[in-house]
Amino acid sequence: MAEVNTGDGGGGHGKHEKKRAKKASTKIDMTPMVDLAFLLLTFFVLTSTFNKPKTMEINFPAKPTSEDQRQKINNALTFIMTREGKDEKENAVYYYAGEFYPPNNKDGKPPTTLIKTDFSKDGLHKLLLDRNKPTIDAINALEEKYKKKEIADTTYKRLAIHEKGIKTALTVLIKSDDKAVYKEVVDAIDELNICNVGKYAIVDMMQEELDLINTTKKK
Amino acid sequence: MPKGNPSLDMTPMVDLAFLLVTFFMLTASVRVSEPVIVDTPSSTSDKLLPDNVILITVDNKGKAFYNINNYDVRVKTLEKMAAQYKVAFTDKEKERFGKMTSFGVPMAQLKEYVNMEDAQRAKVKSTGVPLDSLHNELGDWIQFGRIEAAKQARTQKEKSEKLGRQFKYEPLRFAIKADGEANYIAVKQVIKVFTDKDVYRFNLITNLEAGDKK
Repeated sequence: MAEVNTGDGGGGHGKHEKKRAKKASTKIDMTPMVDLAFLLLTFFVLTSTFNKPKTMEINFPAKPTSEDQRQKINNALTFIMTREGKDEKENAVYYYAGEFYPPNNKDGKPPTTLIKTDFSKDGLHKLLLDRNKPTIDAINALEEKYKKKEIADTTYKRLAIHEKGIKTALTVLIKSDDKAVYKEVVDAIDELNICNVGKYAIVDMMQEELDLINTTKKK
Repeated sequence: MPKGNPSLDMTPMVDLAFLLVTFFMLTASVRVSEPVIVDTPSSTSDKLLPDNVILITVDNKGKAFYNINNYDVRVKTLEKMAAQYKVAFTDKEKERFGKMTSFGVPMAQLKEYVNMEDAQRAKVKSTGVPLDSLHNELGDWIQFGRIEAAKQARTQKEKSEKLGRQFKYEPLRFAIKADGEANYIAVKQVIKVFTDKDVYRFNLITNLEAGDKK
């Protein structure tokens, strides 16, 4: 207390004053802290996983109740996913259009034959674009309108969904035999989404179809 | 030329570094080791996986693994399953189970599996949760998980109503994370377990495909 300078007249430059302790620098060496900070930063950058998994939403058909009537599908395409070749390593997609007619059917229609396709650009993709042309054109027209700001985005979405669901729109059934691999089924659904096919379902195969696919593969 | 001070002011950089450290620390989620590594197929879908989800993993051999996210729901579900299959779990085991992730063992082995250390657990060859029609444990797990998740949502709603807050209900979703090389029949069986419980809407987990598709 006695050291407190009071009324010394400015103070600080008198040589007779008691020598003060050298004022310590207010700066501290931050290097270790910064090192640590960057170490932690690097650790978290490297370990953090940003990408939350992406998902694909899909609805499966409900079990038909006894009152449900078999609906006639207007514009149908059926894909059958399987594997073939040596050791069954190659994926293969067969398809047929319309309804299935077994050989010697009572309607007198020619029996259904399967056509082979694949996941290449000219395969499944092209087929779907051709088949689904009316829907794709309609959706493109809507998109054009949306881009010109003639319709709002919610209206655009609603109309696009409506367009995919109209009666004459393409309906795709995906079936798979016991050799099919999950990846191909997902690829097929993905292709359908890309090609704006709104009506599709993964369903079980009929025995006749299974027989047909087995005979087709043997050829 | 005046002699420059060789030490420069690092304060802004340090500020930034700490900001980033804080950000990453807060956003980082602890990744618990999964019992199986699954290579999901890719698709162009960019929807994110919802948080409130029952996740069934199907590995490339077709074995099913069950996971439900919420700790409380997990513990409650385990209690229900324990009563159903007459396996007694201690509180400690329940707690351990609550902190676990996916598992693929039948109820009979679950107690042993829960008591293992993490390293030991990683070595165990999981047989998958049984899902055949005679011994459908997966179905029960799903059913009890749904019930408990719904119960929890209700209690949370009541709680927030009491506090006068808005309650944002996020419906429970069902996700299937299957390996691209898994046989589709295995996935179909899992889907059948769901459709038997009147669940028809799924989220299939996929990788986002890079670039333009074809």
